[in-house]
Amino acid sequence: MWQWLFKLSSPKWFYTISGQLMPWLIAITSILLVIGLVWGLAFTPPDYQMGENYRIAYIHVPAASIAMGCYYMMAGMAAAFLIWRIKMADMVAKACAPVGMTFTALALFTGSVWGIPTWGTWWIWDARLTSTLIMLFLFIGVMALRSAYDSEAAGAKACAVLSLVGVVNVPIIKYSVEWWNTLHQGASSLSLSNTSANPPEIWLPAFFVGFGLFGFYLIAIILRTRNEILIRERRTEWVDELLSTNFGNNISTNEGLG
Amino acid sequence: MSIIAATLRRELLIAFRSPGEIINPLMFFVIAVSLFPLGVGANQEFLSEIAAGVIWVTALLAVMLSMDSLFRADYEDGSLEQLLLSPQPLYFVILAKVASHWLVSGLPLVILAPIFASMLSLPAEGILPLMAALLIGTPILTMLGAVGMALTVGLSKSGLLLAVLILPLYIPVLVFGTGVVDSALNSLATSGLLALLGAMLILALCLTPLAIIAALRISVSL
Repeated sequence: MWQWLFKLSSPKWFYTISGQLMPWLIAITSILLVIGLVWGLAFTPPDYQMGENYRIAYIHVPAASIAMGCYYMMAGMAAAFLIWRIKMADMVAKACAPVGMTFTALALFTGSVWGIPTWGTWWIWDARLTSTLIMLFLFIGVMALRSAYDSEAAGAKACAVLSLVGVVNVPIIKYSVEWWNTLHQGASSLSLSNTSANPPEIWLPAFFVGFGLFGFYLIAIILRTRNEILIRERRTEWVDELLSTNFGNNISTNEGLG
Repeated sequence: MSIIAATLRRELLIAFRSPGEIINPLMFFVIAVSLFPLGVGANQEFLSEIAAGVIWVTALLAVMLSMDSLFRADYEDGSLEQLLLSPQPLYFVILAKVASHWLVSGLPLVILAPIFASMLSLPAEGILPLMAALLIGTPILTMLGAVGMALTVGLSKSGLLLAVLILPLYIPVLVFGTGVVDSALNSLATSGLLALLGAMLILALCLTPLAIIAALRISVSL
């Protein structure tokens, strides 16, 4: 197990292993998403109070939890980078910021769409909405800081420090905002911890969409990380070999790519 | 201990030799607070409702804008590098530096707050809680701001970037700080919220110097 993790921390190995895993990951993710979305959005029975519009929760709930998980992942990678100087950890952390920001924005957007018919307003200064909005700001801050540094290495360390400061703050922000104002309901009946409240045809699609979106999240992170590996390792021999075997003809015939 | 005293002495001496650095954040605070009645109307009832929030938000911005003088000059003349290389315990040096910065930029805000609170017709029973909350809260703001400043001091244009990095982290202080005044105005106990602010202050005292040191090392190695 440790040896495997150790290997993954080498960019070359990460690139090779993730390349082999990718087709499987994409296949599983698409199956889960297609089943879950079609089932959840088209075939589950409508809710007796919210009617059809509760269906957006099938995307909203997993998007929100993935966004939060993404922040913790970014911070974990930042810690690994600062403590053990693992370059790979920083590449993953760099990939986390835009992906996490997008999932946070998706959670906010789907929440607004759900809020208009249900709460009668698309935005309200409620605890969960506000803390999610703040998480969006934190992701934006990390991205802004990285882009402000010219030096890749210094920007990486600065972002790692900021992510760690942020992660200490996230629980404090969450509870401060929660005491400040609360309207959002607790864990919804779609959550897996509360399966008894609803029949399986309601929560099972959520299960599929949840894991499907998680797979999509992993794919996005891995693709971004692979790109980052190629950019940062462009002067190494193995990237050179890889590019000349895979794209040799293109590069020689198309000068624009070179 | 002597290093704390020496750093405090040095920083305060530098601050009092260029009084503009002390006065400008205060002037910002004074002017920004005076803008609110002009913008939202001089209705006394409405003003008294928003007074605590206005004073907190402007104090928060004033602290953030004053951060630039904390490390900038030391970074430019190289004394920051000497500081990081010195054999003294950095934790206490940084703590003393931040404390002296708070003494010249945060404490005056606490002292001025009652004047502006009464100008915004905050009821008298809210004024002492407001001061207490600012007294505990502004050091937290200074310390979090110092983390952001340490991260951006090596960059040429850091003003707005600092705001993007730091303002989200200021939210808990703002929430509890205004909460103290709200509870006082509704004749509720304020000790719980003040204790929470105190807990955040202790947490910040323990952890932020570590982050500041790490960030300064990055900025210096640029």
